[in-house]
Amino acid sequence: MALYLSKYGKILPHLQRKKGFLGLISRSPWSSRFRQNGAALSDSSRTSHAVLCEIPIVFTSRRFESVRADKELIPLQSASDPQALNFPGGIVKFTPELKFLSEYPEERMHCYRVLGENGEIVSSNFVQIDKDIALKMYKDMVTLQTMDTVFYEAQRQGRISFYVTAIGEEAVNIASAAALRMDDLVFPQYREAGVLLWRGFTIQEFADQCFGNKNDYGKGRQMPAHYGSSKHNYFTIASTVATQIPHAVGAAYSLKMDGQDACTITYFGDGGTSTGDFHAAMNFAAVMEAPVILFCRNNGWAISTPVDEQFRSDGIVVRGQAYGVRSIRVDGNDALAVFSAVHAAREMAISESKPVLIEALTYRAGHHTTSDDSSRYRPAEEIEWWRAAQDPVARFRKWLEGEGLWEAQSEAELRAYARNEVLRAIQVAERINKPSVEEVFTDVYDVPPPNLADQEISLGETIRRHQLDSSV
Amino acid sequence: MQVGEYQGAYKITKGLLKKYGPERVLDTPITEAGFAGIGVGAAYHGLKPVVEFMTMNFSMQAIDHIINSAAKSYYMSAGQIQVPIVFRGPNGAAAGVGAQHSQCFAAWYSAIPGLKVLVPYSSEDARGLLKAAIRDPDPVVFLENELLYGESFPVSAEALDSNFVIPIGKAKIERQGNDVTITAFSKMVGFALKAAETLAEEGISAEVINLRSIRPLDRATINDSVRKTSRLVTVEEGFPQHGVGAEICASVVEESFDYLDAPVERIAGTDVPTPYAANIERMAFPQVEDIVRAAKRTCGKSS
Repeated sequence: MALYLSKYGKILPHLQRKKGFLGLISRSPWSSRFRQNGAALSDSSRTSHAVLCEIPIVFTSRRFESVRADKELIPLQSASDPQALNFPGGIVKFTPELKFLSEYPEERMHCYRVLGENGEIVSSNFVQIDKDIALKMYKDMVTLQTMDTVFYEAQRQGRISFYVTAIGEEAVNIASAAALRMDDLVFPQYREAGVLLWRGFTIQEFADQCFGNKNDYGKGRQMPAHYGSSKHNYFTIASTVATQIPHAVGAAYSLKMDGQDACTITYFGDGGTSTGDFHAAMNFAAVMEAPVILFCRNNGWAISTPVDEQFRSDGIVVRGQAYGVRSIRVDGNDALAVFSAVHAAREMAISESKPVLIEALTYRAGHHTTSDDSSRYRPAEEIEWWRAAQDPVARFRKWLEGEGLWEAQSEAELRAYARNEVLRAIQVAERINKPSVEEVFTDVYDVPPPNLADQEISLGETIRRHQLDSSV
Repeated sequence: MQVGEYQGAYKITKGLLKKYGPERVLDTPITEAGFAGIGVGAAYHGLKPVVEFMTMNFSMQAIDHIINSAAKSYYMSAGQIQVPIVFRGPNGAAAGVGAQHSQCFAAWYSAIPGLKVLVPYSSEDARGLLKAAIRDPDPVVFLENELLYGESFPVSAEALDSNFVIPIGKAKIERQGNDVTITAFSKMVGFALKAAETLAEEGISAEVINLRSIRPLDRATINDSVRKTSRLVTVEEGFPQHGVGAEICASVVEESFDYLDAPVERIAGTDVPTPYAANIERMAFPQVEDIVRAAKRTCGKSS
């Protein structure tokens, strides 16, 4: 070994004089990762509704400088540590052990939880929430649950053609939305109607989209549950899986260039992480240092594909480090944990200009959509257990009751009110006319070309000749 | 990729990194799907990205984002999402780059409502159309040509003005003629002009139209020309089936049928993946003689 090193020592100065491949080594000033414990979030005065409750954050900090071939070399070999080499990418120590990194950890990455199953606080590290915010969160969770139940039934009755429920994921939806600001841009997949609900989309607006009537902001052009609202900074849902993830990264880059005090958030499921778009987006987010929160709803199922047939890693959280993205695993059925995690992630994303990956472990208690019957591929007992024992709405209610903020009377009133509101919205939406047939032909050309104009005329004649009712 | 420090694979972006800095001229990791998606996301919120593909063949990796995330978004969101993005890169055959690097994508992209597709020929075309594309608030696919990068063209003083734009959707009549209309785009415009010279020596006066814009297609200029000449030859490098020529034929048959004195002739690339060896590669693409022969056929003259 000594012989080898001394020989190597003679070769290296010779190599150092040459430029070329070795000349591309970064001269970044860092030499090794360092950890900082106990650094509390800075500047909590920005958040008016949350008061910090001691969050020691363990994070690493790096500054990358871009590689420039014309800068001078730093020593390729450290004089004090001949057992390391400055490879492209940074100093790496050598080891004599032929040892492989295990494909799966001894213990799965721990999951951050604040509320126990009976609504009791089990953590001292979480963001305290204003009473008003907590109550709004609960009301919106109940409203979401009610809306999902009633719209699902409406689809079954043939009144709407399709629907997507978020049953079991109410905390993921509402708590994450509550931790954001209206300026933060939302890039959803399709199981995040609750985020839009939190932001002020009314039940009537939801119903109008599902019925595709002329009040729908999408002019009836999309399937039900494909909401979009630019005034709520909620980008229109598209059926393409995971395409929203690189979009969120690009938009985050745009926010960074503008120096905005805002981030983007994008949601996707466990299945979405298998796509090429997820990989590209994670990598780009890290390299471009984009202020984006990548929120994975790991609910165990991608239609009928269970997670053990989707990937073999310890879930999604471990992939963060693979891309150089900070990550955390949280209990997705725990509203306080989700709130704290998103709140912290948002601060980091904006102040440090970095992506953050959040994996929320939860369960898809409903079917994939109304086109699915999940009892065909999973046991009914499993669905029932999660629905009952891990209901995020019930857990949050228990905590609110423990805090003296909620009681049975309020519950009955809220449930009745929500149900009535949803039923009424459906009745109203059903009676409103569909968008006019003219809207088929708009929003592509500013001046319709002759072929399209001909088609519109021809369609008009067909409708007249056969006395078709084009408003239903 | 490589647009920054490398100054661009074909040096199109030379000097831009130095002028505008690394925040605006980005070298990206290698994934066309990734950087097209990032570009669309940036366009969704405020920026006007210009995404470069090293060749348009690689745009196939990103085609879902180009079509489904960019082109269709305005319609699908009923006007709530606008996408002011340009996707550009060299298109069609180069020389000796093989089947996977030689395809012409004009026909595929031009089928999509919500996209504009521009194909410059000369330097003035490239300057005026690219500026128009970047200023356009909607997605534009800008198909350049690797071999044309090396060709010089006369440039007028007007074209050097920083606000020089060419209107999208207008074709240019490069050479006036009376006997036959020849439509072409990109590199084939040069071939069509040479063919017109040869035809002139044989007493046939050919009108050469440089399409400049495949979507929207300038059907008015094409039909006006055919109504004048009564004969049409369409020329393109791409594959024949469902090609640009097919659409032009259909348009002329629909709108100017009574004016035609001869069946429309389509000249296109050979219906095979592009071979590599130089001699057979030449056989796979239209040559000037092919255009001359086709024009003579429409005039009832055998070659």
